[in-house]
Amino acid sequence: MSFRVLLFARYAELFGAPEIAVVLRDGASVADLISALRDLPGGESLPAVPFVAVNFEQSDSARRLMPGDELALLPPLAGG
Amino acid sequence: MPYLSRLPVDLRNLEDQVRRPDRGAVVSFVGQVRDHHGGRAVTSLGYSAYEPMVEKVCAEIVTTAERRWPVGVAMVHRIGELAIGDCAVAIVVAAGHRDEAFDACRWMIEEVKARLPIWKRERYADGAEAWVDPTLGAGTESPGPR
Repeated sequence: MSFRVLLFARYAELFGAPEIAVVLRDGASVADLISALRDLPGGESLPAVPFVAVNFEQSDSARRLMPGDELALLPPLAGG
Repeated sequence: MPYLSRLPVDLRNLEDQVRRPDRGAVVSFVGQVRDHHGGRAVTSLGYSAYEPMVEKVCAEIVTTAERRWPVGVAMVHRIGELAIGDCAVAIVVAAGHRDEAFDACRWMIEEVKARLPIWKRERYADGAEAWVDPTLGAGTESPGPR
Protein backbone atom coordinates (compact mmCIF):
# COMPACT_ATOMS: atom_id res chain seq x y z
CA MET A 1 0.00 0.00 0.00
CA SER A 2 1.29 3.44 -0.90
CA PHE A 3 0.41 6.41 1.29
CA ARG A 4 0.94 10.13 1.20
CA VAL A 5 1.76 11.42 4.69
CA LEU A 6 1.12 15.09 5.45
CA LEU A 7 3.80 16.84 7.48
CA PHE A 8 3.49 20.05 9.45
CA ALA A 9 5.57 22.66 11.26
CA ARG A 10 8.78 21.20 12.71
CA TYR A 11 8.19 17.79 11.13
CA ALA A 12 7.92 19.34 7.65
CA GLU A 13 11.31 20.91 8.34
CA LEU A 14 12.79 17.62 9.58
CA PHE A 15 11.84 15.86 6.35
CA GLY A 16 12.31 18.94 4.16
CA ALA A 17 8.85 18.65 2.56
CA PRO A 18 5.17 19.25 3.38
CA GLU A 19 4.32 15.64 2.49
CA ILE A 20 6.11 12.39 1.88
CA ALA A 21 5.26 9.11 0.17
CA VAL A 22 5.56 5.85 2.13
CA VAL A 23 5.03 2.28 0.94
CA LEU A 24 3.80 -0.19 3.59
CA ARG A 25 2.81 -3.85 3.49
CA ASP A 26 -0.90 -4.69 3.37
CA GLY A 27 -2.39 -4.65 6.86
CA ALA A 28 0.24 -2.27 8.19
CA SER A 29 -0.52 -0.30 11.37
CA VAL A 30 0.23 3.21 12.58
CA ALA A 31 3.25 1.73 14.39
CA ASP A 32 4.56 0.38 11.06
CA LEU A 33 4.09 3.80 9.53
CA ILE A 34 6.09 5.46 12.33
CA SER A 35 8.82 2.87 11.94
CA ALA A 36 9.02 3.51 8.18
CA LEU A 37 9.14 7.26 8.70
CA ARG A 38 11.89 6.88 11.27
CA ASP A 39 14.06 5.12 8.65
CA LEU A 40 13.84 8.09 6.27
CA PRO A 41 16.34 10.97 6.31
CA GLY A 42 15.21 13.33 9.10
CA GLY A 43 13.04 10.67 10.70
CA GLU A 44 15.61 9.77 13.34
CA SER A 45 14.68 12.97 15.21
CA LEU A 46 11.04 11.94 15.68
CA PRO A 47 9.92 11.30 19.28
CA ALA A 48 9.26 7.71 20.36
CA VAL A 49 5.52 7.98 19.77
CA PRO A 50 4.63 10.92 17.54
CA PHE A 51 0.96 11.80 17.08
CA VAL A 52 -0.51 10.35 13.91
CA ALA A 53 -3.89 11.40 12.53
CA VAL A 54 -5.77 8.94 10.36
CA ASN A 55 -8.67 10.55 8.50
CA PHE A 56 -8.52 13.59 10.82
CA GLU A 57 -8.57 11.57 14.08
CA GLN A 58 -5.64 11.06 16.42
CA SER A 59 -5.00 7.35 16.28
CA ASP A 60 -3.18 4.89 18.49
CA SER A 61 -0.29 2.83 17.22
CA ALA A 62 -2.32 -0.37 16.78
CA ARG A 63 -4.73 1.14 14.25
CA ARG A 64 -4.64 -0.70 10.91
CA LEU A 65 -4.27 1.45 7.82
CA MET A 66 -6.56 1.12 4.83
CA PRO A 67 -5.93 2.20 1.23
CA GLY A 68 -7.05 5.78 0.78
CA ASP A 69 -6.60 6.78 4.44
CA GLU A 70 -5.45 10.37 4.87
CA LEU A 71 -2.38 10.25 7.10
CA ALA A 72 -0.77 13.15 8.93
CA LEU A 73 2.16 13.31 11.31
CA LEU A 74 1.45 15.89 14.01
CA PRO A 75 4.13 17.70 16.05
CA PRO A 76 3.27 18.56 19.67
CA LEU A 77 0.12 20.68 19.52
CA ALA A 78 0.50 24.37 20.34
CA GLY A 79 -2.85 26.00 19.65
CA GLY A 80 -4.69 28.39 21.92
CA MET B 1 -18.80 28.99 9.27
CA PRO B 2 -15.11 28.11 9.43
CA TYR B 3 -13.44 28.04 12.83
CA LEU B 4 -10.04 29.07 11.47
CA SER B 5 -9.61 32.68 10.40
CA ARG B 6 -6.87 34.61 8.64
CA LEU B 7 -8.55 37.87 9.64
CA PRO B 8 -8.57 39.64 13.03
CA VAL B 9 -11.15 38.21 15.43
CA ASP B 10 -14.39 40.18 15.74
CA LEU B 11 -15.43 39.36 19.31
CA ARG B 12 -18.67 41.34 19.10
CA ASN B 13 -19.71 39.30 16.05
CA LEU B 14 -19.03 36.05 17.94
CA GLU B 15 -21.09 37.25 20.91
CA ASP B 16 -23.94 38.26 18.62
CA GLN B 17 -24.02 34.71 17.24
CA VAL B 18 -24.96 33.27 20.65
CA ARG B 19 -26.91 36.04 22.40
CA ARG B 20 -30.60 35.25 23.03
CA PRO B 21 -33.22 36.85 25.25
CA ASP B 22 -33.32 33.73 27.48
CA ARG B 23 -29.54 33.69 27.96
CA GLY B 24 -28.60 35.89 30.88
CA ALA B 25 -24.90 35.00 30.99
CA VAL B 26 -22.27 35.50 28.29
CA VAL B 27 -18.71 34.37 29.06
CA SER B 28 -15.95 35.21 26.58
CA PHE B 29 -12.41 33.85 26.70
CA VAL B 30 -9.76 35.58 24.59
CA GLY B 31 -6.26 34.19 24.27
CA GLN B 32 -3.91 36.87 23.01
CA VAL B 33 -0.30 36.89 21.88
CA ARG B 34 2.06 37.34 24.83
CA ASP B 35 5.29 39.33 24.57
CA HIS B 36 7.42 36.75 26.37
CA HIS B 37 7.92 33.00 26.62
CA GLY B 38 10.33 31.13 28.83
CA GLY B 39 12.15 34.33 29.76
CA ARG B 40 12.64 35.46 26.15
CA ALA B 41 11.11 38.55 24.56
CA VAL B 42 8.70 37.54 21.79
CA THR B 43 8.16 40.01 18.95
CA SER B 44 5.61 38.17 16.79
CA LEU B 45 4.47 34.68 15.88
CA GLY B 46 2.92 32.62 13.15
CA TYR B 47 0.28 29.90 13.46
CA SER B 48 0.01 27.05 10.99
CA ALA B 49 -2.58 24.30 11.07
CA TYR B 50 -3.81 21.05 9.62
CA GLU B 51 -6.86 22.94 8.50
CA PRO B 52 -9.46 20.26 7.68
CA MET B 53 -8.73 18.48 10.97
CA VAL B 54 -9.01 21.73 12.94
CA GLU B 55 -12.43 22.36 11.41
CA LYS B 56 -13.57 18.82 12.25
CA VAL B 57 -12.30 18.90 15.85
CA CYS B 58 -13.76 22.38 16.49
CA ALA B 59 -17.14 21.16 15.26
CA GLU B 60 -16.88 18.22 17.68
CA ILE B 61 -15.96 20.53 20.58
CA VAL B 62 -18.90 22.83 19.82
CA THR B 63 -21.36 19.95 19.47
CA THR B 64 -20.17 18.29 22.66
CA ALA B 65 -20.32 21.52 24.69
CA GLU B 66 -23.85 22.25 23.53
CA ARG B 67 -24.90 18.69 24.34
CA ARG B 68 -23.26 18.64 27.76
CA TRP B 69 -24.44 22.05 28.98
CA PRO B 70 -27.53 24.16 28.14
CA VAL B 71 -25.43 26.71 26.27
CA GLY B 72 -24.83 28.26 22.87
CA VAL B 73 -21.20 28.59 21.86
CA ALA B 74 -19.08 30.24 19.18
CA MET B 75 -15.35 30.06 18.66
CA VAL B 76 -12.57 31.03 16.27
CA HIS B 77 -8.81 30.43 16.11
CA ARG B 78 -6.41 32.60 14.13
CA ILE B 79 -3.97 31.30 11.56
CA GLY B 80 -1.13 33.18 9.88
CA GLU B 81 1.03 36.01 11.22
CA LEU B 82 0.09 37.68 14.51
CA ALA B 83 1.48 40.63 16.46
CA ILE B 84 1.79 41.03 20.23
CA GLY B 85 -1.66 41.57 21.73
CA ASP B 86 -3.54 40.10 18.78
CA CYS B 87 -6.38 37.76 19.64
CA ALA B 88 -5.22 34.23 18.85
CA VAL B 89 -8.30 32.35 19.99
CA ALA B 90 -11.75 33.43 21.16
CA ILE B 91 -14.51 31.35 22.73
CA VAL B 92 -17.92 32.76 23.61
CA VAL B 93 -20.47 30.85 25.66
CA ALA B 94 -23.99 32.10 26.34
CA ALA B 95 -26.28 30.40 28.83
CA GLY B 96 -29.26 30.98 31.05
CA HIS B 97 -26.97 31.38 34.06
CA ARG B 98 -23.29 31.91 34.78
CA ASP B 99 -22.36 28.51 36.20
CA GLU B 100 -22.86 26.57 32.97
CA ALA B 101 -21.39 29.40 30.91
CA PHE B 102 -18.13 29.44 32.91
CA ASP B 103 -17.95 25.63 33.06
CA ALA B 104 -18.46 25.16 29.32
CA CYS B 105 -16.02 27.95 28.40
CA ARG B 106 -13.29 26.53 30.65
CA TRP B 107 -13.83 23.04 29.22
CA MET B 108 -13.69 24.34 25.65
CA ILE B 109 -10.37 26.17 25.96
CA GLU B 110 -8.78 23.08 27.52
CA GLU B 111 -10.09 20.99 24.59
CA VAL B 112 -8.69 23.55 22.15
CA LYS B 113 -5.25 23.31 23.77
CA ALA B 114 -5.31 19.52 23.91
CA ARG B 115 -6.81 18.63 20.54
CA LEU B 116 -6.42 21.22 17.80
CA PRO B 117 -3.61 20.46 15.30
CA ILE B 118 -2.19 23.97 15.34
CA TRP B 119 1.47 24.96 15.62
CA LYS B 120 3.08 28.19 16.72
CA ARG B 121 6.38 29.61 15.51
CA GLU B 122 7.68 32.37 17.75
CA ARG B 123 10.08 35.11 16.72
CA TYR B 124 12.28 36.59 19.44
CA ALA B 125 13.81 39.99 20.02
CA ASP B 126 17.30 38.56 19.40
CA GLY B 127 16.30 37.52 15.85
CA ALA B 128 15.96 33.80 16.59
CA GLU B 129 12.77 31.85 15.93
CA ALA B 130 11.48 28.47 17.04
CA TRP B 131 8.49 26.18 16.95
CA VAL B 132 6.84 26.11 20.36
CA ASP B 133 6.78 22.64 21.91
CA PRO B 134 4.55 22.61 25.01
CA THR B 135 5.83 19.12 25.90
CA LEU B 136 9.24 20.64 26.65
CA GLY B 137 9.89 22.87 29.65
CA ALA B 138 9.50 26.62 29.36
CA GLY B 139 12.43 28.27 27.65
CA THR B 140 13.44 25.22 25.62
CA GLU B 141 12.77 24.96 21.95
CA SER B 142 13.13 22.85 18.87
CA PRO B 143 14.86 25.20 16.42
CA GLY B 144 14.89 23.22 13.18
CA PRO B 145 16.33 24.62 9.95
CA ARG B 146 15.01 27.88 8.53
